[in-house]
Amino acid sequence: MKGYRKYFTKKIVWFLITLFVAMVLNFVLPRLMPSDPVAAITGKMAGQTTDTAAVQEIYSRFEEEFGTNKPMIVQFLIFLRNLFKGDLGTSFSQYPRKVSDIISSSIGWTLALQIPAIIVGWIIGNVLGAVAAYKKKGWDKIVMPVTMFISNIPAFGSAVILLYLFAVKWKVAPVAGGYAFDMIPNFSWAFVKSVIEHYQLPFWSIVLISIGGQAIGMRSMSIYELNADYVKYSRFLGIRDGKIVGYVFRNAMLPQVTGLAMSIGGSVSGALVAEIIFSYPGIGSTMYAAVTAADYPLISACTLIITIMVLIATLSLDIIYGFIDPRVKAAQFDA
Amino acid sequence: MSNTLKNLLHSPKFMVGFILFIAILLTILIYPLFNPGNPLEMIGVGTFAKPGTYISLYDATSSQKETLKIANAEEKRIAAALSDEDRVKMLEWLSAYGVDVTEVDASNTDAILELWMANYNPDASIKGFTKSETRNFRLIQNRITELMSADTLIIYEEGAEDSKSKIVKTDYVNLNAIANVKTLPLGTDNFGRDVLKELVSAAGTSIIIGLIAGSVATVIGLTLGLLAGYLGGNADEIIMFITTVFTVIPGFVLLILISYSLGQDQRGPTIVAIVIGCTSWTWTARSVRSQVISLRNRDHVNLSKLSGHSLGRIILTDILPYIASYVVMAFILQVSSGILSEAQLSLLGLGPKTTTTPTLGLMMNWAMLYSAHTNGSWWAYFPVILTIACISFSLNLMNTGMDQVFNPALRD
Repeated sequence: MKGYRKYFTKKIVWFLITLFVAMVLNFVLPRLMPSDPVAAITGKMAGQTTDTAAVQEIYSRFEEEFGTNKPMIVQFLIFLRNLFKGDLGTSFSQYPRKVSDIISSSIGWTLALQIPAIIVGWIIGNVLGAVAAYKKKGWDKIVMPVTMFISNIPAFGSAVILLYLFAVKWKVAPVAGGYAFDMIPNFSWAFVKSVIEHYQLPFWSIVLISIGGQAIGMRSMSIYELNADYVKYSRFLGIRDGKIVGYVFRNAMLPQVTGLAMSIGGSVSGALVAEIIFSYPGIGSTMYAAVTAADYPLISACTLIITIMVLIATLSLDIIYGFIDPRVKAAQFDA
Repeated sequence: MSNTLKNLLHSPKFMVGFILFIAILLTILIYPLFNPGNPLEMIGVGTFAKPGTYISLYDATSSQKETLKIANAEEKRIAAALSDEDRVKMLEWLSAYGVDVTEVDASNTDAILELWMANYNPDASIKGFTKSETRNFRLIQNRITELMSADTLIIYEEGAEDSKSKIVKTDYVNLNAIANVKTLPLGTDNFGRDVLKELVSAAGTSIIIGLIAGSVATVIGLTLGLLAGYLGGNADEIIMFITTVFTVIPGFVLLILISYSLGQDQRGPTIVAIVIGCTSWTWTARSVRSQVISLRNRDHVNLSKLSGHSLGRIILTDILPYIASYVVMAFILQVSSGILSEAQLSLLGLGPKTTTTPTLGLMMNWAMLYSAHTNGSWWAYFPVILTIACISFSLNLMNTGMDQVFNPALRD
């Protein structure tokens, strides 16, 4: 285990550095905004009030609440302190609800939807890609162009098409939401059934998005491996075809795990947009509502949460990779 | 070079992608010549007019009439007036009334009508129908009787005593004689704009956004990749640090933050394109760097170094030509992902703020805002999705084709 420790320490240090940069960006970028957000909120809150003293009062109250009257560095320290306390500020559009409250009610939906969908899509895509590489004729000629075209339909596009076909035309699935609109979340059978029904369309549309890219990547990797010398040598030795395919598959899988780590940021963005199409009560829809309502604390909280989710996913994949790639193991033990 | 071009021309994937892309470009360039004018002009007052040819009713009533006696005109008229829902409802009433309708198909207008005329009784009280449904049956009945009676429509000019003209059922006018005929192949959108015209213009803008974003991303990625790979040492460490950080932080998140921070007034299509480019350069930088590292210690580069050539010259003459094909491929992928990024950003409501040019993402955003996807107005969003898919399919096909030409191991 000693060899692993170095590898994991390195990965975790990277994780912390990236997390810090992400937090700095999340803090700085909105504050570079040319317009004064506090003035904008004051304008919205004050509404028809013409009393300048009252407007001034509202303005300084908000300045105090968001701390915009303090120097940048002090603001950043307060931001970090509040972040560690789990305090992400107060939402503008759902005032006086806390941002952390809104986020915690939607993050479960997003995690429960996206993690299984991305994993299932990844598995199906890899199997299809490997089969396409192995059975070159026929499969490759028909399946690949079709997969390629499907993978080029944008995420929101396949979501809209699935929604139209299954929910509007054939009416076999609900149109929107995470559960029936007349229900209150509880653990009754009826509620779970409704959640499962609402789960299908968003789930399959995200699976569909991830299949194409993975299949194409896996196919090129497998073709590359099938032409490798060890495959030819194994054939000369008379090793069974099934066993060779097993080796090829395992070797081709490794870059695909890295590929998943690299592409997870991209697939998450597509999946978030798919959530909006289905009005699924996750982070994507929350962010959409926040953008529409110009709710700036909520937007930065959403972007921060998405970044942290992607960072954690990448870190976990890196750790898994350390266990499954013998080369990483060897390198660590040599050192 | 010429050999590479010849190989490309023989790659079916590349050629299909290339021809598709050129066809899209030509459509964007040529279509406005046939249908000039502002693509955002609101020609319809209502929302989501269906695709089809619209003829001026006013012109039709005053055009030269011909009498044509066509056998099944009456049937067609009634069939067109009865929607699918009406037919199902009529069959429901009939079966509730006690008529055997198991043999009757909903598309068979004659059979339904015959049974209906024979059996319908507005005063019969049948259990199981709501009041509004009962009223709806009367309305259907009224519509049918109105259509069946040999009425003459009389048209009056407003305020005039005498009728202007009479229209009977056998009156026909020649389509060519009607002065105002407008074909809307894809109907109108929520603002009453011609969708096809808007789509062609939007595709053009989106491709330009993709090209700008792709160029920005490629320039940044190429510069950083070349410097990191060729200089090595500290420069490499610093650049790779930045690149790794930005690879892991999702570009989409940065894109949202920057677009939101810019504010609505600042977000023109060009600015959005540049922002997209600035958030998507990382993997170009990575792959250029690894290519340059493998070239760095080749003999011809060392020879140039010994001859005392400047850094710029070595990079331009000894390194760039070897990675050019790679950079072009990366550029193509960046263009296609730039178009997609714009669309996703616009769907979130953070797209280009413009009232003068449509983009594919904005069209999609408008269609979703006015729930075209739930009210069945497929023409407002489906062509947009298809266009995005076709553009990125053609670009990716070109890329795969080039990949196979430059990487012989991938050839079939």
